[in-house]
Amino acid sequence: MVSIWRYILAGLGLAVLLVGIVAAVYLTLPQSAPGPDLSRSKKTANGLFVASFEPERGVVRQGELQSWLLTLKTAAGAPVEGAAITVSGGMPRHDHGLPTSPQATDYLGQGRYRIDGVKFTMSGWWQLHFGISAAAGSDSVVFNIVL
Amino acid sequence: MRRLISVASLSALAALALLGGCGEPQFSDAEKKTIASLALNTLPSLKVDTTNQYADVPAAAALGSTLFFDAGMSRDGTVSCSTCHKIDRQFQDDLPQAVGVGHTNRRTMPLAGVARDPWFFWDGRRDSLWAQALTPLENPLEQAGNRAAFAHYIKKRFGERYERIFGPLPDLSSVPANATPLGSDAEKTAWNAMPAGQQDDVNRVFANIGKAIAAFERSIEPEQTRFDRFAIDLATGAKPEGNAAFSPEEVLGLKLFIGKANCMTCHNGPRFTDNSFHNTGVPPVDGLPPDRGRVDAVAQVGADPFNCFGKFRDGDESACRELRFMVKDGPQIMRAYKTPSLRGAAYRPPYMHAGQFATLDEVVAHYSKAPPSVEGVSEVHPLDLSERERAALVAFLKTLSE
Ligand code: HEC
Ligand code: HEC
Repeated sequence: MVSIWRYILAGLGLAVLLVGIVAAVYLTLPQSAPGPDLSRSKKTANGLFVASFEPERGVVRQGELQSWLLTLKTAAGAPVEGAAITVSGGMPRHDHGLPTSPQATDYLGQGRYRIDGVKFTMSGWWQLHFGISAAAGSDSVVFNIVL
Repeated sequence: MRRLISVASLSALAALALLGGCGEPQFSDAEKKTIASLALNTLPSLKVDTTNQYADVPAAAALGSTLFFDAGMSRDGTVSCSTCHKIDRQFQDDLPQAVGVGHTNRRTMPLAGVARDPWFFWDGRRDSLWAQALTPLENPLEQAGNRAAFAHYIKKRFGERYERIFGPLPDLSSVPANATPLGSDAEKTAWNAMPAGQQDDVNRVFANIGKAIAAFERSIEPEQTRFDRFAIDLATGAKPEGNAAFSPEEVLGLKLFIGKANCMTCHNGPRFTDNSFHNTGVPPVDGLPPDRGRVDAVAQVGADPFNCFGKFRDGDESACRELRFMVKDGPQIMRAYKTPSLRGAAYRPPYMHAGQFATLDEVVAHYSKAPPSVEGVSEVHPLDLSERERAALVAFLKTLSE
């Protein structure tokens, strides 16, 4: 009779071991490499401005035309007025551009510019590049957005 | 002793089977979330179309339905919208290229859920459902009519119904029997001889025909499929019953579709389309005129007097953001075509904008190989799928049609 239990125990032990291995593999595999910098506020490439980029309505929805706000301040914190802004971008991993051509459509005061016509047609890593020219000079900034 | 060993090994086997997940299909949480995003129950309700104030008026939809099926709405009284968009065939015709009064260069598109699109036709050369409907009416290869003749016909056949919806018809007594800015030389001459106010009157009746047809088309919606029942069960943790259960092959196909095969780059959301345009390297058809897709459509939709910026739009210009922010140039729109919905696709071959592929096997083989585009750059990259994987993708696609 003892030997029955020995076999059952061995079977159970094996099962537990397997669970352990599967769990270990499962827990370690999906750990992906650190993603792109997702900050919504940053210094422009040459440090001329501080730019922040936020969806105007707070949430990002896939497949919808949305407007965003680009806020520009000088390094000293003064709002940047009268900037000429160009927008481009795409998906770095799929080498395709944006499905729409967003534009700076309105100046809302206090360095805030409405960027309308932004659409993300799939989940994944998107980039928006802004070219900015203002009295202080020209600079550029890239924002990463992951859906 | 023997029996004891077999009992023990059986229980070990059972433990293994549980771990391997013979019962429930094995999807990660991320996969489950992705699958849920494709299910029909996530389809938002149809948005109001402010550019068409009759879009949700039942009498307009009823008139639109009559016009959709009326062969009187063509030059020789033989072709209606439903000649090509057949109600019992998912509103398409099973042909590689549609045939109306003449042989066209593109495949008839199915219409389920079409009212949710921002762009119409394979190349998106129209920006509203009502502006779209006007195009086949005057296309010499489709219904081959002209707007003056349509205005007269509406007055004669449906005058009362029309007026109850749209108000009084204009005086058409001095409008020529046949006239349009797009037709034969005689029709163009007749059109150009009309005073501007009269042209406007006829254009208004013509636009309203489109608005009535669009109101009808808004009722054509996709239906629930085996995939949707499976997805709902997966999301709620219920055990799929009957044909909502997926075979191992269908599970593999679904995993490939949302994973390694990258199909969801473009075929995403509950309609399996991103509503955008892509070059996927589908070859042109010998003998058809050159077809460059989206790149030529941009100018056409911009020049269309019935587009969102034009005076026949109802409501204000805030509805025109798709047109305002459309991509007008760049290499990505060369031979780019609209991503079709994949719902129902398995039962309506052939495939692609000119019926290039006869079967789903050929479609999947195309994606696996990903040949370069004859013009422009294909966005799809070779997948080198095994035969088993290709068959699995096809098996999964069929679950979107059952
Ligand atoms: C001769 C056949 C034929 C007739 C008649 C016809 N169509 Fe079509 N339809 C097509 C073809 C072919 C396409 C795609 C054409 C293209 O991309 O150039 C299409 C595209 C469409 C689309 C765009 C669908 C999408 O997903 O973008 C709609 C909507 C539509 N037709 C509605 C109609 C209506 C309404 C009528 C009648 C007023 C009509 N069609 C008459 C063949 C036809
Ligand atoms: C880069 C975007 C993109 C990707 C990725 C993509 N498709 Fe497509 N798909 C399209 C476009 C665009 C068309 C229409 C092309 C044409 O007509 O020339 C299409 C057409 C199809 C059709 C034909 C539908 C019809 O009604 O004609 C099927 C089926 C299909 N795709 C399945 C798939 C599968 C399966 C995958 C993954 C292996 C996939 N697609 C990946 C964009 C894409």
